[in-house]
Amino acid sequence: MDQLNNYLFIAAALFSIGLFGVITRRNGIAVLMGVELILNSANLNFVAFSRFGGMNLDGHIFALIVIVLAAAEAAVALAIVINIYNNLNTINIDEASSMRE
Amino acid sequence: MASIFIQYSLVVLFLPLVAFLIQIFFGKRLPRQGDWVSIGAISITLVLAIIMFVRMIIEYDPGFKHEASFTWLDMGEFKIRLGFLVDNITVIMLLVVALISTCTHIFSTQYLKGDIRYSRYFAYLGLFTFSMNGIVLANNLMSMYMFWELVGVSSYLLIGHWFEKESAANASKKAFLTNRVGDIGFFIGIMILYSAIGSFAFSDIFDGVAKGLIAGSTLTIAGVGLFMGAMGKSSQFPLHIWLPDAMEGPTPVSALMHAATMVAAGVYLSVRIFPILTPDALLVVAYIGGFTAFFAATIAITQSDIKKVLAYSTVSQLGYMILAVGTGVYTAAFFHLLTHAMFKANLFYGSGSVIHAMHHALHEKHDHDTDPQDMHNMGGFKDKMPITYWSMLLSTMAIAGVPLFSGFLSKDAILAGTLSFAQHHPSHFLLPVFGFGAAAITAFYMFRMMFLTFHGEPKTPGIIDNIHESPKEMTGPLILLGTLSVFVWYTLPYLNPISTHGWFTDLVVPNDAAVPGNLTAKEIKAGAHHAHHLAMYLSIAVATIGIFLSWLTYIKKGLSPEAWSKRSGFLYDWSLNKYYFDENYNRYIYQPSLRLADKIAWVDWELYDKYFINGFGRLTNWVSKITGKFDFDVIDQIIVDGMGRITALAGRQLKTIQTGKLQNYLLYVTAGIIILMVIQSF
Repeated sequence: MDQLNNYLFIAAALFSIGLFGVITRRNGIAVLMGVELILNSANLNFVAFSRFGGMNLDGHIFALIVIVLAAAEAAVALAIVINIYNNLNTINIDEASSMRE
Repeated sequence: MASIFIQYSLVVLFLPLVAFLIQIFFGKRLPRQGDWVSIGAISITLVLAIIMFVRMIIEYDPGFKHEASFTWLDMGEFKIRLGFLVDNITVIMLLVVALISTCTHIFSTQYLKGDIRYSRYFAYLGLFTFSMNGIVLANNLMSMYMFWELVGVSSYLLIGHWFEKESAANASKKAFLTNRVGDIGFFIGIMILYSAIGSFAFSDIFDGVAKGLIAGSTLTIAGVGLFMGAMGKSSQFPLHIWLPDAMEGPTPVSALMHAATMVAAGVYLSVRIFPILTPDALLVVAYIGGFTAFFAATIAITQSDIKKVLAYSTVSQLGYMILAVGTGVYTAAFFHLLTHAMFKANLFYGSGSVIHAMHHALHEKHDHDTDPQDMHNMGGFKDKMPITYWSMLLSTMAIAGVPLFSGFLSKDAILAGTLSFAQHHPSHFLLPVFGFGAAAITAFYMFRMMFLTFHGEPKTPGIIDNIHESPKEMTGPLILLGTLSVFVWYTLPYLNPISTHGWFTDLVVPNDAAVPGNLTAKEIKAGAHHAHHLAMYLSIAVATIGIFLSWLTYIKKGLSPEAWSKRSGFLYDWSLNKYYFDENYNRYIYQPSLRLADKIAWVDWELYDKYFINGFGRLTNWVSKITGKFDFDVIDQIIVDGMGRITALAGRQLKTIQTGKLQNYLLYVTAGIIILMVIQSF
């Protein structure tokens, strides 16, 4: 039980760090890295619950799907970042605020 | 039970209406302006009326009666049933209307030849015949009142046929308005009876009166109210003023409406309502009738317009009929109505024929100033217009009360009734005096008219050669109706010229009055029978005196009318000027009414309109300004615009959080979730 708590704490920490990164970083790449951290914290949770919750391999399979999804997401997101760079000559996402008003 | 009489009378009723509708909408486009439509329709009604009459004679049943009714208005408790009543009186009256109407239609084709409103004239004749038949067939006061008004309208339209002439337009207005005065009374009477008895039907009203649902002075007032309608329509004093003026209409119209049928509607109504008239009401009726008979006769003596003489004579004869109703011999009134319709219509046709001839003769001479209706311009037409002369002479004999003629019989019956009434009530001796006096004067002025028109020397030079007998469309009705002035038609199957006994007296028998305590029909009849011989001798005597005086004055020249008119002083003036009724009505009724109207108009305009209406306008204006200010300054500025301003302010403030930076949004989302989680955890 305690082991599960440890995993969950680590996952929560990862999530918080990731969220913090997503919210505060100005660099688009760094924001993407935060997103990866959040996804991985979720993966950690899946696997931990799967392992300690007696749910066989369900969680593992979910974790694998999330990794695949993260890869796809990273590809799309990096493409967006490149487009932002092409348009604005920077990857500082604070500059990408043309949605305002 | 749909009896054949009801079916026939429905056709008789509605056929003239159909003719009216065709004529009024399509008359001008039809060949001959459609007079054949009207004549065809009216001839069919005449045929049907004759069939009904013959069947009635064959049945020979005094109690003969067919009734049919339907619910016209149904509002729960309040129901109005209208219907038809066909009894002996109705059948005779329908025949009279159809016969005179047919004669008038045929006569008019010549008399109104080339008239500008020829088709419309025939249309109105159809409307009149329809309405008159409606009055005759009504079994209740409500539908009678409706047709009564329709008759008034058609009278108005026909008197004003030549409305370009101001006198004709005024006469039609006068006729209409004078009739209205009587009709108010009629309506009040109807309403009193309805509120007491709850029905408009004659039979219900008679039952109600017999049961005592309404009695005493209320019933007297109701009876006098109904009689007021009759006074207006039958031109009784003091509402007699319209009938002489109504002679402005075409002469055939005068014959049809203002001599034979429409003015007889008042008498017809009085005959119908006789059973509910109380002794007091009957006395009013008798005095008004008697006075009118005498009074109108005294006017007729001095008139020089041939149609005016006949008009006053009509008023006088209608007075006779009303007098007969008042003294209880109401079947005699109806008998006189019947005979009078024939001979008076004939006299009017005769006068029309004379005027027609005069008109043409004057036209030949290019004389447009001589009055073609003035008897002082006529004279000596006897040999030129033999048919007109002889037929008019027959009718004049009838109206003067010469034995062997119809008028003698009916007048005798009335005078006998009057005499017997006075024998029962000696204090009312004036009634027979009126009656016999009027008879003497009638004989005098009728022969005066005949002598002035047809005898003596021609008084207008150069026209006598151009006077010709009228065409056969005009002489036909004259011959027919002249023949009908002979007694024999009314006394068949008996041939006693001095007794009214015949089909009429067998079929039209008086009913007992519904008012409890009135004399029964039997008593009245016995009294009249008792007085019959005395009345007959007296009436022959007065007629002889009248005719003799007339002969002495106008043929023998033994008496000079000029000298007599001087000697009689103011009486002559009064008679010539119709007792100054028009002038006095004008001075004491019309002018004060007009002045009152002026005053009221002044109050209305100067006070009411200026202060109240305009003041109300100004007040509204002022109030609306205040409310406008409130609306603009408070509602619009503060509330409506305030909403806008608040929204704009909120928008401006909230805009700042929309940074366009995704991270900020995410931060808000995260913060929100954290807050929700904190709340959830409690």
